[in-house]
Amino acid sequence: MKIDVKQISKYIWEIPKSGEMLVPGRIYADKELMEHLISDVEKGKEWNALVQVVNVACLPGIQKASIAMADIHPGYGFAIGAIGAFDTETGVISVAGVGFDCNCGVRTLRAQITRDDIKGKEEKLANELFMTIPAGLGSQGQIKLSLSEIDEVLIKGARFVVEHGYGWEEDLTYMEEEGCIKGADPKAVSYEAKQRQFKQIGTLGSGNHYLEVQYVSEIYDDVAAKVYGLFPNQILVSIHCGSRALGHQIGTDYLKILEAASRKYNIPIRERELVCAPFKSEEGKRYFSAINCGINAAFANRQALTHLTRKAFNSALNVDEKSIRTFYDIGHNTAKLEKHKVDGQMKNLIVHRKGATRAFGPGRPEVPDTYKSIGQPVLVGGTMGTCSYILHGTEQGMEEVFGTAVHGAGRVSSREQAKRRWRGTELVKQLQEQGIIIKGHSLPGVAEEAPGAYKDVTRVVDVVHNAGIAKKVVMTKPLISIKG
Amino acid sequence: MPYEFIEHGADVGIRAWGKTIDESFAEGAKALFDIMVDINKVEKQDSVDIKCEARDIPALFVGWLNKLLAQADINGMVFRDFKIAEITQTDDKTYKLSAQAFGERLDRDKHAIKVEAKAATYYGLKFEKKGDDYYLQCVIDI
Repeated sequence: MKIDVKQISKYIWEIPKSGEMLVPGRIYADKELMEHLISDVEKGKEWNALVQVVNVACLPGIQKASIAMADIHPGYGFAIGAIGAFDTETGVISVAGVGFDCNCGVRTLRAQITRDDIKGKEEKLANELFMTIPAGLGSQGQIKLSLSEIDEVLIKGARFVVEHGYGWEEDLTYMEEEGCIKGADPKAVSYEAKQRQFKQIGTLGSGNHYLEVQYVSEIYDDVAAKVYGLFPNQILVSIHCGSRALGHQIGTDYLKILEAASRKYNIPIRERELVCAPFKSEEGKRYFSAINCGINAAFANRQALTHLTRKAFNSALNVDEKSIRTFYDIGHNTAKLEKHKVDGQMKNLIVHRKGATRAFGPGRPEVPDTYKSIGQPVLVGGTMGTCSYILHGTEQGMEEVFGTAVHGAGRVSSREQAKRRWRGTELVKQLQEQGIIIKGHSLPGVAEEAPGAYKDVTRVVDVVHNAGIAKKVVMTKPLISIKG
Repeated sequence: MPYEFIEHGADVGIRAWGKTIDESFAEGAKALFDIMVDINKVEKQDSVDIKCEARDIPALFVGWLNKLLAQADINGMVFRDFKIAEITQTDDKTYKLSAQAFGERLDRDKHAIKVEAKAATYYGLKFEKKGDDYYLQCVIDI
């Protein structure tokens, strides 16, 4: 198989429109990554990200381009790192564009203390967090819900959790959608999905999910950092998790429903997972509503974990809980209704971001007032042993990529390879020598997430920074990582 | 070689072999729980009935694995052994499965937890016969 790829600029590559493609494919990548992607196609590899970019370009109503970010790797129908924006009148909504964990995302908290303030107390803090944060297979949250309360969570999101005394109104100000997306009808979510949610609010999960205590190690943009309230050596906490089993079940349920819808509305299925329904159809509307429920469940989850983090800090370090403020909360598996300029006109679009972060530029009404002059914070998670970044959205990103940026490093080694190459105990020891404390419930789980199994997050971030679609504000380095 | 794990970029592929289709369904379920716990440490103390349907055999396989994930979650259990009562074709677009899953309440220490599985997906989905053996394959999202 061959896919024609043209280099447009140093970091932008295009797959010209051909065959049944309605728009071109556009990939943000450096040369090495692009060569790797092309060689996967030439070798006819079973898992293939560029083929997925082409497939998405063929879906009805797609606007501008089928886009992929620098952390692109093969996904389910949509590649991970893919963006697909569709006209709400003529376009589709696809279960592959959201996946099995709606609104999986990152919440970052900022404390008013520095690295020096916790020196010598890292182990104590790590133990306290490990005991406080439910994580790993079979863990249960502290909030047990009835069926009617679950419906309320799905409608109200993080607001439900705040109303029950876990956090403050201010937390909501610094979340996408203020922690509560509209248009969530719990009737669109199956009873089975809700049953799986009873005990899972306020749990971290496992896999690549984590809670990490970090410090600001480098500042690239003083003005933006000041507006964001970030300073050198400041302690931050990043929580990476999603909508838990409720989100997994929504994905599973609607994969089946949208597979039938694809046949009903005569939309060719190019890959079995790449199923969709017209956004305006009954099936499309119901799926959109279910996604919104999943988005709210994830917001609620991260809010409950924020509360537990504050408790652990207070207990281990006697830090005032109120001094640990929500910096921002973003999702990277979503399909959202947004207004964007296409061919000079503002249009209503349904924007899918599968493993990609919304990165709105300055002045957009969705960005909190405090940050409006700079643009939306973009939280990019690294791996256990490396670093993470906070960027800001740009006007150029709005124009080129519907206000989107990378979401993380992106895997290079499979979980099986990682387990063969690294042992959990050795990794924990090695990272300890670098001053990073890892607390995990499962050692094989830790090995699968070895830093070496991922692309270099710095290279991935540099692509979007140099391409101008999001700009670096600070780098953070890990001190403590809690894994499932 | 009743089941094996296959390389996949971000997640885990499973391939389940059997002399019959029923057998490869059961082996696939073992592979799924082997991702999550040490299944040799799971005892058969309790069972759950599973029923599902789909338009073809591969989709039925994915449906079966997802039902097991949901039931494990809802009942706080893990499973190690599976008995397929029947797989039947009721019309040209409907295949039905009924089965029993045997296991016990999840004990995070006893069962040496590994990672959670989010869902069985249609990705890399295959259903083939090689020689005398059937195999079913799909990718599990972690």
